[in-house]
Amino acid sequence: MKITRKQFFQLAGLSLIAVGAKKLIKGTGEAAASEGAAKTTRWGMAIDLEKCRQKEGCRSCINACHSAHNVPQFADRAHEVKWVWKQPFSDVFPFAQTQYTENRFASLPVLLMCNHCDDPPCQDVCPVDATWRTDDGVVTIDFHRCIGCRYCMAACPYGSRSFNWQDPRPAIATVNPDFPTRAKGVVEKCSFCEERLAKKSGPLCVEACEEKALVFGDLDQPDSEIRKVLRLRFALQRKPELGTGPSVYYLL
Amino acid sequence: MLLSQKALVGGRGYWLWITCLLLVVLAGLVCYLRQLAQGLVITGLSRDVTWGIYIAQFTFFVGIAASAVTVVLPYYLHDCKQFSRLTILGELLAISAVLMAVLFIIVDLGQPSRILNIVLHPQPQSVMFWDMIALSGYFLINIVIASGTVNAGREQVSPPSWIKTLAFISIPWAVSIHTVTAFLFSGLPGRSYWLTAILAPRFLASAFASGSALLILLSFMIRKLTAFDVGSEAPSKLAVILAYATAINVFFILAEVFTAFYSEIPDHEVGFEYLFIGLRSDYHLVPWMWLSFLLSLIALTLLLVPHWRTNSRLLVIACVCIFVSIWLDKGLGLIIAGFVPSPLGAITQYVPTLPEWTIVSGIWALGALVTTAFFKTAFSAWEGN
Amino acid sequence: MNDRPFIVAGLIVFVAIVTTPLWRGVTARNVVLAAPEIKLPAHEKQCVAPLNYMRASHMQLLEQWRDDVVRQQQPRYAAYNGRVYEKSLSKTCLSQCHGSRQEFCDRCHNYNGVAALNCWECHNDAPPAPRSTP
Repeated sequence: MKITRKQFFQLAGLSLIAVGAKKLIKGTGEAAASEGAAKTTRWGMAIDLEKCRQKEGCRSCINACHSAHNVPQFADRAHEVKWVWKQPFSDVFPFAQTQYTENRFASLPVLLMCNHCDDPPCQDVCPVDATWRTDDGVVTIDFHRCIGCRYCMAACPYGSRSFNWQDPRPAIATVNPDFPTRAKGVVEKCSFCEERLAKKSGPLCVEACEEKALVFGDLDQPDSEIRKVLRLRFALQRKPELGTGPSVYYLL
Repeated sequence: MLLSQKALVGGRGYWLWITCLLLVVLAGLVCYLRQLAQGLVITGLSRDVTWGIYIAQFTFFVGIAASAVTVVLPYYLHDCKQFSRLTILGELLAISAVLMAVLFIIVDLGQPSRILNIVLHPQPQSVMFWDMIALSGYFLINIVIASGTVNAGREQVSPPSWIKTLAFISIPWAVSIHTVTAFLFSGLPGRSYWLTAILAPRFLASAFASGSALLILLSFMIRKLTAFDVGSEAPSKLAVILAYATAINVFFILAEVFTAFYSEIPDHEVGFEYLFIGLRSDYHLVPWMWLSFLLSLIALTLLLVPHWRTNSRLLVIACVCIFVSIWLDKGLGLIIAGFVPSPLGAITQYVPTLPEWTIVSGIWALGALVTTAFFKTAFSAWEGN
Repeated sequence: MNDRPFIVAGLIVFVAIVTTPLWRGVTARNVVLAAPEIKLPAHEKQCVAPLNYMRASHMQLLEQWRDDVVRQQQPRYAAYNGRVYEKSLSKTCLSQCHGSRQEFCDRCHNYNGVAALNCWECHNDAPPAPRSTP
């Protein structure tokens, strides 16, 4: 049976519409099903700035994280790689204090890390889906997929991400054999210790803090420790007006 | 002889030019191999300033590519017959400009061997995905239009009618490639210098200005060096378009400055402060940004006065001024000011290193090489084998 | 006619390049002609998948494991023999059975010149002390 060009295109068009409709119906069906789904998890962290400042120059959390995760230590500030670090309050919350209120808070060290945003701009811009927010609220990186374009670093409003400008291995004092290193040319950042979360353990920084200044838990669980402490104390987030929905809170 | 083989035929001057370009390309390649081996540490980039001259040049040359529309639109949409020879040059220039833009992206990547991931794992929510689509499409459209036009020129017939259709499509497409490139920057919540709706219009205005200036300069150069003449009307008509584009570009810059400094919102001011005043003892961009502004004012004056605009020597000066001005603004200032100060208020100075400049020059030379080959082919087609 | 020397020279260069695999092996000095000997695990006779599958598709399995662990957060692998393993080249394959990459992976991979995906740029080939299965 001979088919004309017109008939072919009509058939093709109808098939395309049919396939599209099927996908649409299937998609809405799944969405409806998942709405009535079980409870969600959203990992978050609360950092008690008063407890954190008790020991001056303390770096227990930073050392625990960086040594376990094979984070390279570069002397050159321009090429440093850091997952967790401290900066003065006036750098982190520049407009929270004025010259009349500066004395007490300005020099307070604030622990900084990826905020594991609810709506991360880094996820939106990644052209290869190398970074995304998992279902339990951790913003993660697939180092195998990353092409090193650094768009995520431009998109992050918090400066949480670091790039491997060179091979990191020479700058790792002692390699932890239980955790991979990264290669040059990829972006990395705090992972909320995903590998430990999978084994029902908490992040290393939380464990390492001698002052117990870090509280980690499920923000979606009303009776979790983090929810309790957030009800008790006044908490700040970094740049909440940007709509990113950070999961890291700072208790004052 | 194949038409493209005409690019291999030339006098001593021609081959001297080609050899110099090839040497620069080679130097750039050697530096890039070093960058592949050692990583981007050989550049002046840092944790705070993560994009620099590579991405800035990408942006600039997407603009040059988009500027083909300044000749395509009048010629195809408004039947400006004077542009008949200039249009093909614009389209060929667009092809090499897109090539350069893509090369600048590739040399900026930390893991370039994984570049196909953009195609294998498409992410429509990322503007970079659409930039890839837009640039690839524009590249293909211009290749088809240019080869069709050049072949028709060789056969001394008028180009087939489907070329006109493709040219119509290329007009909004040209606008889209540079709009999408602007959207790469203007949708990022943490970068206040870029977070402005006027970024896309600013990009287009500066693209049309710098691109048409380049095209005018090239047509004068070609008239001097070869037998090909675009005619005397084409450059002067294009100069009028250039005048408008320059005026709009200056207006957009002043509009931005007004919003920043009248509102006195620190986040809005700080990018312009860094570029034009300096912040915390980092002034290294200040003289260049003022030079850029001064050059655009000189160019605008020369272009707005008809008596001066029609004087070829003054027109050449105006074109050089506006091209350099926009190169400084877009090819240097724009990107760096997005990263300074950093999200935590740090002022980190970015100065491209020598290997970085060498790689950039290598890509410039490759673009010049490709443009030369294209133009030589086109001239041969018109001069009748 | 004065192009002939160029054409002949070009042809010679072309033929030389194209036949490199044939003559380069003959002139190379460190040629090992016997098949490589790989170290087999002392106390395990069964791999995570049947031998023939592993011979043909171990790289595909590892890539699948990689995506499952990193992108789906699913680290447990239910093998064909009913046992459950952690999806990890270093911790399961090397640490529990095959020793080190020099004794196992590298033998065949170096011999065949197959090293496109360089796992060891990031992953540690020095396996931690052997531990029991989860």
